[in-house]
Amino acid sequence: MNRRVVITGIGVLAPGGVGTKAFWNLLVEGRTATRRISFFDASPFRSQVAAQVDFDAELQGLTPQQIRRMDRATQFAVVTAREAVADSGMEFAELDPPRTGVTVGSAVGATMGLDQEYRVVSDGGRRWLVDHEYAVPHLYGHLVPSSMAAEVAWAVGAEGPTTVVSTGCTSGLDAVGYARDLILEGSADVMVAGATDAPISPITVACFDAIKATTPRNDDPEHASRPFDNNRNGFVLGEGSAIFVLEDLEHARKRGAHLFAEIAGFASRCNAFHMTGLRPDGREMAEAIRVALHEAHMRPEDIDYINAHGSGTKQNDRHETAAFKRALGEHAYRTPVSSIKSMIGHSLGAIGSLEIAASALAIEHGVVPPTANLHEPDPECDLDYVPLIAREQRTDTVLSVGSGFGGFQSAMVLTRPERAQR
Amino acid sequence: MSSATVVTGIGVTAPNGLGTDAYWSATLRGQSGIGPLTRFEPQQYPARLAGEVSGFTAEDYLPNRLIPQTDHMTRMALVAADWALADAGVVAEQLPEFSMGVITAASAGGFEFGQRELEALWSRGGQYVSAYQSFAWFYAVNTGQISIRNGMRGPSGVVVSDQAGGLDAVAQARRQLRKGVGLVVSGGVDGCLCPWGWVAQLASGRLSRSDDPDRAYLPFDAEAAGHVPGEGGAILVLEDAEFARQRGAGRSYGEIVGYAATFDPKPGSGRPAGLRRAIELALADAGIRVQEVDAVFADAAAVPELDGIEAEAITEVFRPGGVAVTAPKTMTGRLYAGGGPLDLVAALLSIRDRVLPPTINVTLAPQYEIDLVTGTPRKAAVDVALVIARGHGGFNSVMVLRGGP
Amino acid sequence: MTQQKELTLQGLTTILKAAAGADEEVDLEGDILDVEFADLGYDSLALMETGSRIERQFGVRLNEATVLSATTPRAFLAVVNESLAQAA
Repeated sequence: MNRRVVITGIGVLAPGGVGTKAFWNLLVEGRTATRRISFFDASPFRSQVAAQVDFDAELQGLTPQQIRRMDRATQFAVVTAREAVADSGMEFAELDPPRTGVTVGSAVGATMGLDQEYRVVSDGGRRWLVDHEYAVPHLYGHLVPSSMAAEVAWAVGAEGPTTVVSTGCTSGLDAVGYARDLILEGSADVMVAGATDAPISPITVACFDAIKATTPRNDDPEHASRPFDNNRNGFVLGEGSAIFVLEDLEHARKRGAHLFAEIAGFASRCNAFHMTGLRPDGREMAEAIRVALHEAHMRPEDIDYINAHGSGTKQNDRHETAAFKRALGEHAYRTPVSSIKSMIGHSLGAIGSLEIAASALAIEHGVVPPTANLHEPDPECDLDYVPLIAREQRTDTVLSVGSGFGGFQSAMVLTRPERAQR
Repeated sequence: MSSATVVTGIGVTAPNGLGTDAYWSATLRGQSGIGPLTRFEPQQYPARLAGEVSGFTAEDYLPNRLIPQTDHMTRMALVAADWALADAGVVAEQLPEFSMGVITAASAGGFEFGQRELEALWSRGGQYVSAYQSFAWFYAVNTGQISIRNGMRGPSGVVVSDQAGGLDAVAQARRQLRKGVGLVVSGGVDGCLCPWGWVAQLASGRLSRSDDPDRAYLPFDAEAAGHVPGEGGAILVLEDAEFARQRGAGRSYGEIVGYAATFDPKPGSGRPAGLRRAIELALADAGIRVQEVDAVFADAAAVPELDGIEAEAITEVFRPGGVAVTAPKTMTGRLYAGGGPLDLVAALLSIRDRVLPPTINVTLAPQYEIDLVTGTPRKAAVDVALVIARGHGGFNSVMVLRGGP
Repeated sequence: MTQQKELTLQGLTTILKAAAGADEEVDLEGDILDVEFADLGYDSLALMETGSRIERQFGVRLNEATVLSATTPRAFLAVVNESLAQAA
């Protein structure tokens, strides 16, 4: 029983435009969606820039009750899950509920809702013994983010294995990797899987301020996210969601589905080093890449493009550059590497899935998205980071990597589906 | 390569006992850890009882440097992991670092830590938010801290599926062992007994409002009216049986032989609940027949509708009265992500000691046709046990355990 | 807000302990002025938390880059006290 897992539907909500098409256009045009934060008055904070999604829940078809009970990140997930199912060409009636599962990745859950509701029940932080009389009825759903997976399951009619995967900033890769495992082992034929986060809230901004992880480049928000650039000084917070329909290859073939990409390999490792720090040698990420390639039965030379974590902190950019060299050897120097965070910011748990979407679309369209704002490379980052302008290039195999607080290092190999049919 | 997943180490922080032996002897005595909340003044709230872990002083067990950067539940998780590894006789430095992983379940993260930082933010300003907030409250914190403390660099992960999550984490650990990892530290230790967490839990509408610790949490009882939340849980060391043998591990507590997870249909759809299917799939995964199962450790929601669904599923699969059913969590309260793993521990120790712990304080309501172990422990040769854990919203997870060879 | 002119070594260790705890292997009361923070058991997060507590307690702004480049208590105190002197 040699099962293989393919992506047959993509749903995206990203900064800079609603839907998968707008997302891809932004990336290939090298435009940035990083702006001054408008959700709240960010002026007291060190970092005041973010990449926000232009999102109208009602326009996206959510009911008033759904809007009331769901955190923004959950709303994103439900909208992109529906879009992914529609994109897969599958009618909802075709889904066999018990054989369909859901995995939603999220680093910070309903942070935005929790931040807002806390202010109310605590009377602006004045009461330690917060007042339950002011609590909204859906507060439990904010407390435990598994509500995100529940809402998606209800929206698509899934009754198979359902969970949230929350491994910080690798959640988006890990959730898809987890869902893939469920299909490979036969626990499901279809998984609606991906990730969401909507962290642009005062508590998140403040906690990244406290460790100076986000950029203070407040006077130039459009150019604030600068992975691999010598003048970078921290990441730019983002938000968004990407959810996929993953299917067993045979299941997809039988119904004549369009195949975007095969998820040919996946692995994650942990650096066991520091909750926020990275070892400069990139060992654990390199090991994750090595195992993911092994699972995919591929060699380093098979990689046509690397979709990097590229958060735009000095520590990260050097860490993963070292990891690519360690895992791919000389081939690292010949492989285009780019970070879409330069354009849509870093949406924590969601970004890994947005990067999978970009990787699948790179295969589909034969275009590698650029790294925006890269004018003067960090001398210690000496690979080909595709500065400023997208590159047309036949792309059969993509390596997408992520790195997160807690020490998580993940790597996924996506490949052109015809290749999968050998 | 062996495909058996064995449990070689256990670490427990439970409301009725700190450490495996204290927990188990209290559980067999029918001694409850449920009592009035002491962590904060609960008088103004409609629910005032909890299963607090008493006598836990983190400073006695952990480096001082870890204290300012950790929530209470993370400290308990780190200590439970230490105990589990010691119990398994694992010296992490002596094993290949990529052969060991950490996969835990979470529900609300370090919520008490988070409340302090939210308070700092909104009462004093952003510059008062701790440098540790960025990870101390997030859901992945226990996995990250346990991996760092023990130098474990293999596949790691975190799942969140409310109270079902603890079993899902152990199942994910088994998946990784089957892929060739040697050892995974798994399970869950949880808790958010702070005012902000309490108010959020109250919103579920499922907390018992009783002030009588003996009448507050009564699953399968005619007076069932919600549960008492608790804190704590269990961390397990899971190993590939061959890896355990090669490193010279001692006895194992037993083997994880089956697992399945399902999700309930959307309320109002008219479709059947998913629990029965999860039980059947887990048994099929284990290759174990219904009549081979000696005991069921119930989820025991203590919400009449949910008790009804669970009793019905058990009865449909095992026939009325066809299997012993128990809920030792009546002595701890519901521990969210920690609940499933603690039930796995109870099941493994039942197998070891040939005795089933009781469901305390409960008089079985006549409509449930299950053989509930009430009052005192029951002597029983338990070889195969099935553990049920359900999460708010419709998560059903079921795990099957068998005694070691 | 306490307006103090100078942060002493003892003041610094008190704040360090409150911010980030103390490594059991290290005697913070000893002669540590020129010992690297790394050898005292403190990482960059500990120093950032310490810096932010000093800012709040003394009502000053510390230069981020110079604070992070101070790798010993002596260098750290120099940065803080220079900022305090400028603010006075």
